[in-house]
Amino acid sequence: MSEDVLRIRTPIGIHYRYSAGPNASSHLRGLMEGKFIGKRCPSCTLVYMPPRSTCAKCGVLLGEDVEVGPKGTITTFCIVNVAFLGQTIKIPYVAATILIDGADLGMQHLIQECETSDVRMGMRVEPVWKPREEWQPSLANITHFRPTGEPDADFDSFSGQL
Amino acid sequence: MRDVAIIASAQMANVSTTTATPVEMLLPVINEALANAGMSRADIGFWCHGSCDYMTGQPFSFVMAVDALGAWPPIIESHVEADGAFALYEAWLKIQAGEAETALVFGNGRSSSGDINRTLSLQLDPYVVAPLWPDDRSIAAIQARACLEAGVVTSRQMAAVAVRNHRNAQSNPNALRSGSYSVEGLLDAEVVADPLRALDCPAHADGVTAVILASADTARRLSTRPAWIRGIDHRIDTQNLGNRSMTTLPSAIVAAHKAGVGNDKVDVAELHAPFTHQELLLTAALGLTDATNINPSGGALCANPMMSAGLARLAEAASRIINGTADRAVGHASSGPWMQQNLVCVLEGE
Repeated sequence: MSEDVLRIRTPIGIHYRYSAGPNASSHLRGLMEGKFIGKRCPSCTLVYMPPRSTCAKCGVLLGEDVEVGPKGTITTFCIVNVAFLGQTIKIPYVAATILIDGADLGMQHLIQECETSDVRMGMRVEPVWKPREEWQPSLANITHFRPTGEPDADFDSFSGQL
Repeated sequence: MRDVAIIASAQMANVSTTTATPVEMLLPVINEALANAGMSRADIGFWCHGSCDYMTGQPFSFVMAVDALGAWPPIIESHVEADGAFALYEAWLKIQAGEAETALVFGNGRSSSGDINRTLSLQLDPYVVAPLWPDDRSIAAIQARACLEAGVVTSRQMAAVAVRNHRNAQSNPNALRSGSYSVEGLLDAEVVADPLRALDCPAHADGVTAVILASADTARRLSTRPAWIRGIDHRIDTQNLGNRSMTTLPSAIVAAHKAGVGNDKVDVAELHAPFTHQELLLTAALGLTDATNINPSGGALCANPMMSAGLARLAEAASRIINGTADRAVGHASSGPWMQQNLVCVLEGE
């Protein structure tokens, strides 16, 4: 009597051509020059960084480029203590939402060069860039953010982000 | 049953490839549909979207698509992993249930992001068929061969379907392919997937369609001639290619009967039949005759935007009611390489 086939492996793979679209492209080109380029919503004036195609709130195409940052404020964060498949960073480490100066929405990045226990809401941080020769049109040009040593931002200045 | 009508629509001009993001593709079409209806976003009670993440190659791309809607204050929104025509069915139910008076339905796909023939293989049985990566053209060719051998269709009829659709597409600015051909000329053309020739196969496209539905009072207020949905039904056959007839479309026959296609004359039919032999099978399944103007838009043969081509057929059918050139129209949408899933919608003017 033959054994039942209980499982099979059928690997699938498709190659895709990713297209960032014009709005995200100006941001990606900015990263090649070491700049943060956001976009302003022509309707509600919110500055998106990184920009999307449209203002999610108003449903209109984002408008003019706005250079923001490079410094920012940690609005919220988490300390990662759990190992997971594909992890490339040594634990424990801090993943944070950073409100770049001049932007109205936070972006995610890593906080390093300080003890995880020192990281706090309102902490002022700045980006640490890879060597220029390694730059790509990618947010990965920034290895992490580190504390600037400036006084913490007032809670009221970012409480609307939480 | 509540009276529900299609009152407006808009389509993106189909292209073979675009670098626009799905949101950038959607936004102008949604705006145009709203403008055509004389409505603003705040007037829409329910939003329903049809798309497929395998097309864009991005998980949860349908969530990103909400960026095109302006979801503040919060909106009521839903999504089907299918052609936008099936989203229209959900929106119709929502209005039937009394939970909305208006709905904006949209379908979009950027099939050029990947290899569409490979992507479409993933809709097949994942155990014994999909691992072989059969492309949709080859599977359609097997069906066409069976139909020719059974005498259900002839090569000449197939060529005539291609000639008519490409001729009609010449007056459709959204079509991707059009032209003036002869049956003899097409029969002399090279076979690309025996027995299919290039113009028997659809022009895959990147595209968007948006359609606005409204319940009776709103429809009458906003439109001088709404396209009333008098019947709508969708049915599905087995997914297993070997377990069904190749020479008939069982689920289309049932859907057409339930939607009431045969209850009166049909002035116009817009059929989502990507391959020429499939249009012949579908015409038979729907019981349509020469009295019906079939695919005045050129149909899915001349532009087959993934996840939007079916909704586009409903939009095309409705537009002919709305502009007064037809009194009774059929819009049809399908899914699957052998049209395993069929939606039939009967539209009437007053």
